[in-house]
Amino acid sequence: MNTSIRIASGQGFWGDLIDAPYHQVTRGPIDYLMMDFLAEVTMSIMQKQKLRDPALGYARDLPAQIGRMLPHLVEKNVKVITNGGGVNPLACRDAIFREAERQGITGLKVGVVVGDDILDRIDALRAEDIELRNMESGESLARIRDRIVSANVYFGAFPIVEALRQGAQIIITGRTTDTGLTLAPMIHEFGWAADDWDRLAAGTVAGHILECGGQSSGGNFLGDWKSVPDLAHIGFPIAEAHPDGTVFITKHENTGGLVSVATVKEQLLYEIGDPREYITPDCIADFTSIRLKQEGENRVRVSDVRGRPDTPFYKVSASYHDGYAASGTLTYAWPDALEKARAADAILRTRLADLGLHFDEIRSEYVGHDSCLGPLATMPEEINEVVLRVGVRGKDKAHVARFGQELAPLILTGPPSVTGFAGGRPKPSDVIAYWPALIPKTAVTPQVIVEEN
Amino acid sequence: MATKRIRLIEIAHARSGDKGDAGNVGVIARDERFYPVLLEQLTADAVKRHFEGICFGSVDRYELPNLGALNFILHNTLGGGGTVSLKNDAQGKTLSSAILRMEIDIDATLLNA
Repeated sequence: MNTSIRIASGQGFWGDLIDAPYHQVTRGPIDYLMMDFLAEVTMSIMQKQKLRDPALGYARDLPAQIGRMLPHLVEKNVKVITNGGGVNPLACRDAIFREAERQGITGLKVGVVVGDDILDRIDALRAEDIELRNMESGESLARIRDRIVSANVYFGAFPIVEALRQGAQIIITGRTTDTGLTLAPMIHEFGWAADDWDRLAAGTVAGHILECGGQSSGGNFLGDWKSVPDLAHIGFPIAEAHPDGTVFITKHENTGGLVSVATVKEQLLYEIGDPREYITPDCIADFTSIRLKQEGENRVRVSDVRGRPDTPFYKVSASYHDGYAASGTLTYAWPDALEKARAADAILRTRLADLGLHFDEIRSEYVGHDSCLGPLATMPEEINEVVLRVGVRGKDKAHVARFGQELAPLILTGPPSVTGFAGGRPKPSDVIAYWPALIPKTAVTPQVIVEEN
Repeated sequence: MATKRIRLIEIAHARSGDKGDAGNVGVIARDERFYPVLLEQLTADAVKRHFEGICFGSVDRYELPNLGALNFILHNTLGGGGTVSLKNDAQGKTLSSAILRMEIDIDATLLNA
């Protein structure tokens, strides 16, 4: 049994710092690199890309990112675990094999986890009385059945553990939980049992700390952001995990950013609900049991985590088409910037009403004044400039498109000192909404495929 | 006891994000001596009042004494949630700053302890 392993966070979302994983592999010692790419919106974008081209549907940056790291991964035997396979992990695997072949690297073992995509099984599942009701509203799936774009089950750590057991060096999954990417190597290396709830919870908590990349090592830190050194060269977090479940959060030497009890606390509180019940497919972690201690510069000990048994369900995230939206902006300058922007908004709304257009919502915000604070915003004596931001959402694409034609005319037919309309008319875009549901674990089976090039 | 009216940002920091159409706001005491103040002053009702006109649903409060922190779930707050919302801050990323503007009463001696 290994004494400890170092798991590095290389990506916090699809669109994160492109070079972060390369730096994690080259700037110091690590054993594993985890890369989280998937937010809810990501799966529907990837599904659309796959519909246009059956060879796409994964994080397109990923093969090049891995290609650049590949000689280092092979030399240092660093393993990569990522959910960047999106809705087409096999195509992603093939693209990675092409990168390897281009570099003359053979014998690379790549594991793929599939089986999370249930888009084609929805009707069959419902015929077996697996209703996929909305777990928040209780609504029947029937209302949105013909508008579904994607439907994926959240798998946990264990399919990845199986791929590691079969010797895979790179593991590409579809919809795997962010936390499972970090927990899996701990289960594999330390031989943790599937019912060792406290340790599974400890690895899950470490996964939550790593899953947003730099957000636990000084990025987006409200505690005292001015105290964070050299964010330009931020070091992404690394979890040094021990067999008893104790984890030290740190980062590479000579990188920017900050790992402190305060930065880790902020990340622990990010996007959680009831802290006693952080539910994953692997276990339920109790965030009220976590102990944190600063153990040195940029080194925080995470210990005493308690866990409980997993539930009999996987979570499903389905996405469906829900109309169209468009938004645009105009900038108004002193004097009376806010009054002018408000007057322009009133004129626009009158014109939209005169045209008989119908929207589910029209929202106007004044960026620079109240778009973040809403009614909490205070009124300064004099405002230098303000951006009027108007958005509409509705079922009729033509109405949303017409809104886009009505915004720019305000420049010549509304209040004065207005500018900032360089981007052209706002175009309607598809609105994709989410449908969370539960599915019995017995109804879905993850499949693990490990192949060598 | 001399009480002083301060903004929450003096004794706490925060991080927020989205959970569907709900916002999650974690509030962390800057020192453990401030945690009892958070417990007493940041009731779910007080937070709901603070976010009037922003949060249109109920507010749930959870306690994390081990981290000196509270977690709030603000239901019906994000204009339909991440991808549906027309809000500039569709994911509630700045609700953290917004809560730290709250005014609270504190024993003045605690501030200088």
